[in-house]
Amino acid sequence: MSEHLVKSYEGELEQISTTVAQMGGVAEALLQGAIDALQRRDSALADRMIESDRRIDELERSIEGQSVKVLALRQPVGVDLRLTVTALRISNEIERIGDLAKNIAKRALVLNRENPVRLTQGLVRMGRECLTQLKAVLDAYAARDAEAALDVWRRDEEIDELYNSIFRELLTYMMEDPRTISLATHLLFIAKNLERVGDHATNIAEQVVYLTRGSYIGEDRPKGDATASSTVPYEQTS
Amino acid sequence: MSLWLAVTLIVAAALGAAAFAFIHAPHSLAGAPAAAPNEAAGGGLADITAALQALPHAALLLDETGRVAAKNAAAAELTGAAVGKPFAASFRVPDLHAAIEQVRDGADTAEASFTLPVPVERSIEAHVAPVEIGGRRYQLAFLHDITAMVRVEKMRADFVANASHELRTPLTSLSGFLETIMGPAKDDPEATQRFLEIMQSQAARMRRLIDDLLSLSRIELNEHMRPAAKADLAAIVRDVVDAGQPLLTRANVKVLIEVAEGTRPVTGERDELVQIAQNLIDNAVKYGAEGGDIAVRLFPGPDGTTTALSVADKGLGIAREHLPRLTERFYRVDATASRERGGTGLGLAIVKHILNRHRGRLEIESEPGKGSKFTIFVPVWQPVPAASAVAG
Repeated sequence: MSEHLVKSYEGELEQISTTVAQMGGVAEALLQGAIDALQRRDSALADRMIESDRRIDELERSIEGQSVKVLALRQPVGVDLRLTVTALRISNEIERIGDLAKNIAKRALVLNRENPVRLTQGLVRMGRECLTQLKAVLDAYAARDAEAALDVWRRDEEIDELYNSIFRELLTYMMEDPRTISLATHLLFIAKNLERVGDHATNIAEQVVYLTRGSYIGEDRPKGDATASSTVPYEQTS
Repeated sequence: MSLWLAVTLIVAAALGAAAFAFIHAPHSLAGAPAAAPNEAAGGGLADITAALQALPHAALLLDETGRVAAKNAAAAELTGAAVGKPFAASFRVPDLHAAIEQVRDGADTAEASFTLPVPVERSIEAHVAPVEIGGRRYQLAFLHDITAMVRVEKMRADFVANASHELRTPLTSLSGFLETIMGPAKDDPEATQRFLEIMQSQAARMRRLIDDLLSLSRIELNEHMRPAAKADLAAIVRDVVDAGQPLLTRANVKVLIEVAEGTRPVTGERDELVQIAQNLIDNAVKYGAEGGDIAVRLFPGPDGTTTALSVADKGLGIAREHLPRLTERFYRVDATASRERGGTGLGLAIVKHILNRHRGRLEIESEPGKGSKFTIFVPVWQPVPAASAVAG
């Protein structure tokens, strides 16, 4: 860790947001690796990804330590206070993303023991969409760009729509052939995890907007996840 | 690796010799006030920025605190690095930062390779090495975009995998039947006869595949040489239909040929145009509706510089999402149906490559349930274009 030569207050604040970016980078790599492991049926990669979640926890503790120190010793106000507080919140969100990605890697390990299924294609596409969102929001954080963050916040609906379509597809699949239930359940959880990653990315977007503007986003976030009320009639497939 | 050496040399030159700034005067910013906060570290950084700028790949210099001390435009574009800002804040690739840290902690050199998955997948190979400028230690990171290489490699691997898979299937069936004939069916002439027929058709399938592969590689060999001969597409189509008559009768399909007024001969290799017509009509027979007619039309292209040939069937049609990929090798809408009908998965790839060589193009229109129409446009024949160019 580069804790070299950090002497000034400015430097301490900068170090905090650099560590947040680094933590985000590890989460991005973890999510990317988990999706690749699923797509390429690469169990060794999945193992490595599960291991790398530790690094995220380390970085989260480091951000917490640095932020608490700044709060206690420097008593920041205004944008400096917001930076410190949002760093704590964003690192929480990233830590959750790391956990979800790790869980995907674990499920990839299980799926790789079974026969390959076409259904992973939709998930891979959804995963790419999540990666795009995560990258965009972390870029917005690095650039302190509220507009870019708002874009991420609005685009979450696309992930929700993908999730709905995968959800229905998997339900239909399971009804057609009950032998696929255990496999499809893993796929369903992966889809749910990805959908959650999208939600955490929008939470980060909200923090970025708060950090740059000093006020929260007013309107309600667009909600496209309809699976809570989604069913597929049994007759349809028999 | 040699490029990497060159980078180190250039930077070394920028450090020591003032001659470097002199030679590269147009690039040099020497004398201009340096924007970098590391100005105090010595006057070398402006020269280094100029040197980095002359490199074909992304390169940047980091100071001991992990801040960007100098970068070229390619690096800014790829990583969003800004001079004076911590590099880790703008570019979040853990493997690269691990390599940079290794060098910062004293390693002679470190390498990292990684992919940036979104928005477009890019593969990057990074080399990091330490440099000393004005008594301070820096890390020089050199990022080489190897996306094109990786893609070519993947295409080659895919092609080999597909071709071997296509060849293995009939071979498996051949050896399976051979075993049966030598073993359990040894004294059963009736079964033996039936198996031999299947083996014959599998052998024919392998031969078709190998023929297609060979003609594809032959066409690719000549792809940059434009044909110069004159060819009559209408006559070619008639020949192909005449030769295929027994097959058409068996499939209960009629081919209606219509030649529009003003259809001109084309510049092309007769044998290759025969292959195009053959492939398009074969496809129409294979995937068109049984007993349906195939409409073949020849007409002048829209701008008058080409002659068009369209082959339309009234068959299953092709869903929209498949259209852009139809000319990929071994791409099939329905692999099983294609193999049953004796398809190799290479027909349209061959058509595409022949048309590339002829500077022609292919248009596919299709609607599921209604049928498909394949139209090719081939440049009309021009008498000896080379001579007219000399005269003009």
